[in-house]
Amino acid sequence: MQVDLKDKVAVVTGGTRGIGLGIAQALAANGAKVAVVGTNPEKLKQAVESITATGAEAEGYICNVASTEEVEKTVNAVLEKFSKIDILVNNAGITRDVPLGAMKDEEWDDVIAVNLRGPFLFTRACSKPMRRAKKGRIINITSISGLIGNKGQANYSASKAGLIGFTRTASKELAGKNITVNAVAPGFIETDMTNVLPEIYKTELKSRTPLGRIGQVADVAAAVLFFAGDEANFITGQILTVDGGLIR
Amino acid sequence: MASTEEKVIGIIADQLGRERDEITLTTDIQKDLGADSLDIAEMLIQFEDEFNITIEESEAQNIVTVADVVSHIAAAVNGQAGGAADTEKEEK
Repeated sequence: MQVDLKDKVAVVTGGTRGIGLGIAQALAANGAKVAVVGTNPEKLKQAVESITATGAEAEGYICNVASTEEVEKTVNAVLEKFSKIDILVNNAGITRDVPLGAMKDEEWDDVIAVNLRGPFLFTRACSKPMRRAKKGRIINITSISGLIGNKGQANYSASKAGLIGFTRTASKELAGKNITVNAVAPGFIETDMTNVLPEIYKTELKSRTPLGRIGQVADVAAAVLFFAGDEANFITGQILTVDGGLIR
Repeated sequence: MASTEEKVIGIIADQLGRERDEITLTTDIQKDLGADSLDIAEMLIQFEDEFNITIEESEAQNIVTVADVVSHIAAAVNGQAGGAADTEKEEK
């Protein structure tokens, strides 16, 4: 997937590893300057270096996406550095998988805070310079768990379903300012987050996937690139599932 | 009907959580009121919507005080965008 993102400025939350890192690298490889947002200083440094090593421009920002103060400070810092924000990818997400009956309040709250409040805070902040510029792209990374549910993920699936509702409302509110808001819903993608799952579970998922393989980060990044590029400028409020046909 | 100055001060006060009487024409929006980039972006959007004008980014960078905002709006409303209008002669 190739799109022309030359001179565009992109913010990617949770950009230090997994899907987020793949998205940050893909945006940079297509010409964007990337603000990588993460919480782990060492991983953030590595992520930024992996991008700058290719000759692309990137800057790292430590930020808890659930903190209003930290998000606004981060977005201000990005604006100071890059003067504008063209693309926001709300990717930061965590799991605290526990069966519903045993789920602790904190396990619910933490997941909702990072996965749902985070995108709200980043969208609210980044939409200001985008509304000023009368253009922008917001891409939320949700999950098929938010579409069909998943045992042990009451918190995660609620947060991701919430993000789908948020995507649809934001797309309506921001359309008047030429800002599109779309979501990508990955299925089972090979990352640190899914590597912890039992082998038997992975094998079963693979066998149930019509395209017969586990998804790769690049599969998700390609969908993000599509929404970020000029070619998608008449598409908003959409949820694009990237799951090898699993939930069809 | 509220004057341009009153409307501008109202928008700034609301955005920054300040009292209207804290803000005068000579108030520096960033230095005196502590507005950051996000505050300024939001206020500029509101000025544009309220007065049905466009403030280009290059022009926005020259806006420092409340008077700069008022004069810019007056000029834009008069169809002579560029911020050259005298605040004192602002049209009602």
